[in-house]
Amino acid sequence: MSNLFNSMIEWIDKRFPLTSNWKAHLSEYYAPKNFNFWYFFGSLALLVLVNQLLTGIFLTMNYKPDASQAFASVEYVMRDVEYGWLIRYMHSTGASMFFVVVYLHMFRGMMYGSYRKPRELLWIVGMAIFFVLMSLAFTGYILPWGQMSYWGAQVIVSMFGAIPVIGDTLQQWLLGDFTLSDAALNRFFAYHVVTLPLVLLVLVFVHILALHETGSNNPDGIEIKENKNPHTGIPVDGIPFHPYYTVKDIVGVVVFLIVFCGIIFFAPEMGGYFLEYNNFIPANTLQTPDHIAPVWYFTPYYSMLRAVTINFLGIDAKLWGVILMAGSVVIFCFLPWLDRSPVKSIRYKGPYFKTALALFVVSFFVLGWLGTKSPTPLYTLLAQIFTVIYFAFFILMPWYSKIDKTKPEPKRLKE
Amino acid sequence: MKKITIAILILLCLIPFNIFAAESGMALERAPVDITDNASLKRGAESFVNYCLTCHGASYMRYNRHRDIGYTNEEILEKLVFTGQKVGDLMESAMRKKEAEEWFGVVPPDLSVIARARGADWLYTYLKAFYRDETTATGWNNLVFDRAAMPHVLYQLQGEQKLVLKKTDKEEQKNLSLEKEGKLSAAEYDKFVGDLVNYLVYLGEPHANARKKLGIEVMIFLLGMLLLSYALKKEYWKDIH
Repeated sequence: MSNLFNSMIEWIDKRFPLTSNWKAHLSEYYAPKNFNFWYFFGSLALLVLVNQLLTGIFLTMNYKPDASQAFASVEYVMRDVEYGWLIRYMHSTGASMFFVVVYLHMFRGMMYGSYRKPRELLWIVGMAIFFVLMSLAFTGYILPWGQMSYWGAQVIVSMFGAIPVIGDTLQQWLLGDFTLSDAALNRFFAYHVVTLPLVLLVLVFVHILALHETGSNNPDGIEIKENKNPHTGIPVDGIPFHPYYTVKDIVGVVVFLIVFCGIIFFAPEMGGYFLEYNNFIPANTLQTPDHIAPVWYFTPYYSMLRAVTINFLGIDAKLWGVILMAGSVVIFCFLPWLDRSPVKSIRYKGPYFKTALALFVVSFFVLGWLGTKSPTPLYTLLAQIFTVIYFAFFILMPWYSKIDKTKPEPKRLKE
Repeated sequence: MKKITIAILILLCLIPFNIFAAESGMALERAPVDITDNASLKRGAESFVNYCLTCHGASYMRYNRHRDIGYTNEEILEKLVFTGQKVGDLMESAMRKKEAEEWFGVVPPDLSVIARARGADWLYTYLKAFYRDETTATGWNNLVFDRAAMPHVLYQLQGEQKLVLKKTDKEEQKNLSLEKEGKLSAAEYDKFVGDLVNYLVYLGEPHANARKKLGIEVMIFLLGMLLLSYALKKEYWKDIH
């Protein structure tokens, strides 16, 4: 039996680099041995991606991208398709959980300085994945053609209209019409199921390739490749990804699935955060809802969009909102060059960085919470304050990370 | 590190977990919802086809889905289908959309997922909060939905209510008092509306019971997987630590 298996592998290896790739990326890919809780979210993001692709394929079999049939076809899936409700909840919960794991994955990178040299490209590719993910979430949210799908999309699309000179033309080009209509629903469907998933898959592949080139960072933020066993050439603090991290990630996967399935089976709406109540009302182009709120993962940016209420520096308030919203995401790409600290990990960074990061997290949550609320003067003021804090984290980083009191990094990983 | 985690946890506690309740104005009464109570669901279903389905549709729902709550196909045809439709047909409204718009100004909304949009408590309170108001087109108004286009379809059962304004130092309180008795007592009417709203909740997601049942099985499986996978991880990692 094993002879047959070996000769089969040999046959393949002469025609395709199977064993060499298996070794390079799994059995002889050396990862730091001190990965903690925060290191589960990369593989979990991959799991959710597969979940979205598979359930998405089954949804397209019964969904109709037609303004007059879309809402009904979603309910058809929920009621008449065998286990359609399960597939749909897996997809809708998966969308929110994708953002949960990706936000935690990004936060891990920010804590342990995973964006620093030599992983700048890895970080930027990751940010590109995040942009694509946001576009996927946006185009996907339109598809059920409920009130929030329609009016939420209306808000986003009108942002493009705020861009000077080309705004109106760009908006019409995106919509394929003068207003949000069937034409837009069709093209957003095409983006959601073909274009964006293809781009996402390629970027994820590149992300992993870049990761395996530089090797993983770790909670101590030191390079394990700088300390190799002189005889074997293997990092002394590294362990083969397979089997050690594969078996460890399986535990992470099961814990994640317990949470994931808990939501799917017992709280698929998550109190209106994962599936908004207003989206159970079919889109009505004549009736603007009293209160338009995006899904939770977009609410921090939505708050920043609404935060600017006055025109200044000769720029319209609405355009400022758009600039801030786009800037709040793009600014992450500059992190590798904004951070001037001599150490990577939060474990050895000083009080300034820790305070700044804590304030950043607080502002992210507060902005997120404000984004679910109708604006009042107090809320708008709060949104303005926390938008400033959000950006200050990035803009002041070159200064506070340089003068911060850091601790010396160890030569070897701590147990 | 710990400080950050604590700050995050405190913030999470501050977030109210129900956007909907936080936004609505008037205090809503709690609807007696129990979608495992088939007797209540059947009473609700029969009231629904008698009082609601004439104007509203539930056009994402098929009649024969009601086998879930204990009907046979024959019973469905006898008790729920009044329009000569087949048992596998969708529950469509008996009224034409164009006429509906002429009569009410708007097409009455489809009720298939209304409980998921409005919430059971809102529907329960709404159906109890109609009062006489001569200034509106229908002669009815509603405390939770001002100037609702829908007249009080159930007034023969509930009777007629009148708005009573009570001014206190700070605010004006709006209350309802029963002016004309209906066929049902207040308690009977509450039960009638309770069954109807319970049915609307079922109608919003007919698979909800199956979902929870399957969920428990999945959870038991996953907990078993957790033990196995953790034991496997421990076994492999013995030689690292």
